[in-house]
Amino acid sequence: MSREHEKGMSLIVKTITRLTVGLILLYGIYIVSHGHVSPGGGFAGGVIIALSFIHLMLAYGKEVAFKRLSRTVASFFESLGAIMFLVIAILGFTGGYFFLNFIAKGEPFKLFSAGIIPLCNIAICLKVGAGLFGIFVALVLLKLESGEKK
Amino acid sequence: MGASNIIPLFVVIPLAGAFLISLLGKKIKGLADIIGVISGLSLCVLSFYAVRLYNIHGVLTYSVGAWMPPIGIGMIIDGLSAFMLVTVNLVAFCVVVYSLNYMEKYTAKGKFYTLFFLMLSGMNGVIITGDMFNLFVFLEIAAVASYALVAFGTEKHELEAAFKYAVMGTMGSLFVLLGIAFLYGYTSTLNMADMGAVISRKGTGNIVLMVIILFLMGFGLKAALVPFHAWLPDAHPSAPAPISAMLSGVLIKALGVYALCRIFYNVIGVSPLISSILMFMGTLSMVVAGLLAIGQWDYKRLLAYSSISQIGYIILGVGLGTPLGILGGLFHLFNHSIFKSLLFLNSGAVEYTTGTRDLQQMGGLAHKMPVTGATGLIGSMSIAGIPPFSGFWSKLIIIIAAVEAQKFAYAFWAALISILTLAMYVKVLKYAFLGNLAEKWKQIKEVPIFMKLSMSTLAIICMVGGVLLFANINDVFLNRASENLLQGRKYAVMVFKGIRQ
Repeated sequence: MSREHEKGMSLIVKTITRLTVGLILLYGIYIVSHGHVSPGGGFAGGVIIALSFIHLMLAYGKEVAFKRLSRTVASFFESLGAIMFLVIAILGFTGGYFFLNFIAKGEPFKLFSAGIIPLCNIAICLKVGAGLFGIFVALVLLKLESGEKK
Repeated sequence: MGASNIIPLFVVIPLAGAFLISLLGKKIKGLADIIGVISGLSLCVLSFYAVRLYNIHGVLTYSVGAWMPPIGIGMIIDGLSAFMLVTVNLVAFCVVVYSLNYMEKYTAKGKFYTLFFLMLSGMNGVIITGDMFNLFVFLEIAAVASYALVAFGTEKHELEAAFKYAVMGTMGSLFVLLGIAFLYGYTSTLNMADMGAVISRKGTGNIVLMVIILFLMGFGLKAALVPFHAWLPDAHPSAPAPISAMLSGVLIKALGVYALCRIFYNVIGVSPLISSILMFMGTLSMVVAGLLAIGQWDYKRLLAYSSISQIGYIILGVGLGTPLGILGGLFHLFNHSIFKSLLFLNSGAVEYTTGTRDLQQMGGLAHKMPVTGATGLIGSMSIAGIPPFSGFWSKLIIIIAAVEAQKFAYAFWAALISILTLAMYVKVLKYAFLGNLAEKWKQIKEVPIFMKLSMSTLAIICMVGGVLLFANINDVFLNRASENLLQGRKYAVMVFKGIRQ
């Protein structure tokens, strides 16, 4: 066994995590990319994607999780998601209105349809996923200094 | 259509600034400052341009995503919005310039600017939106950013204050959300103008009375009216000085007073009951916080209590409901934004050089810090209502309006608290700036250039603030704002006329 398996929870948890974490990530991506035709969307999918990384951190400890998604990358993706969303909204000005759905709408209930909404979903997914992961990391790394100075 | 294209920019520019800084600020040194100043300056210029556009074209309306209100989200600039935009963005620009130097002592300047511009976009959003739920969303953006900013120093008492603020602020937001839900249930629409039209058709039932109480609690908490003020004296002193200036200067007004006025006057419609509640709460805040302020020894805590007291004046003026009262209230809102941000920036300058906020340890600082001392004097005289500074005129108008409306008791309290305000600021001046210089402050130097620049700008506005009452300036700026409140539920007619054009 490699050294990265020394930390974290028991073997059972690790094995289950190894089997399911990819599926969770994939399901999150499905929820995001299918968000405009079925229930779900950027927020729900982003939460599920963030959960897959949090799951990894819970089972294997923070080093393994940071190897997959470091804090710098998470904060980069968070800002990128927000900027993407804003750029999509501003591009609406090409049609004369802020937030105008300026791309062809396509046929209803097909994957490539609904104009800018799938793109917005992806941007929201980046923002929410990276943001939620960041919040979890902040809560994990927070050291309480209470009790020291009394 | 053309002119109203500037409306979304008030949200777009600060949001873009915020996330560009968080994306690129760490990699390129100095970029955060440049983006910050450019965004602040362009917002400030745009807000003055919005006043001009409103005076040429009348009410500006914008349909987001080309979805027509009341179905889609509408953004509206009328006299009151333009007035608030100028107030908020002017102060924000001065604060950005001040932070160029001040925030050097913190490590994460980029994060500060990101949160600052998020808060600014939330405030601008609250002011320009014409949609009730949209108002709640922007309110939360500004509020959540401000919770984080209060905790920016991450010391123990700062975290404690931020936690208290977050819990109480969230309660306030929940009351607002519940009120919006009830109002939506009653009127079946979320557009503010449409809501106003439906309420004038259906009448104000018991449910609207419930909504009024919820909004009074929710927005009253955001505006820190007594008895919902407990978070403010902790939160405002704990934040970094530029943020205290923003919170006390404009946040409590944009989220609290503006939203309260807009909804009570233009959506629900003001009744004698609401009017008397507002006047009573205003006077209560004025008196209670004024008495609490005078005993404080922490410089910023004293200023924070004084903010609550001055918000009382604004609410009293607006609550009178007479043209003169509303004019005085709004004028005092503008003046208070300017001099309270100036005073907080001053306290920041003192803390920057001496490292203390305790008034008893200071003394004679004006010898070493002439600019800070002079601007502090101007700000203090202005807030205490000494002629010819701006604060005198707005307080005078409020008191005259109260007398004209036969509310002699309220006029008496307003005049009395004005004297008390003078007393508390004389105390600040005596202990901080005048007198003999203590031995340990012999080595201190005046603050850096940008801090001086921003404080001087605000001080000049304090000195010449009275010109806003000159007939031709008053007509395009203050009067337009008070007219918008006075027209009451005719707001709906005005907005829908703007949309159809």
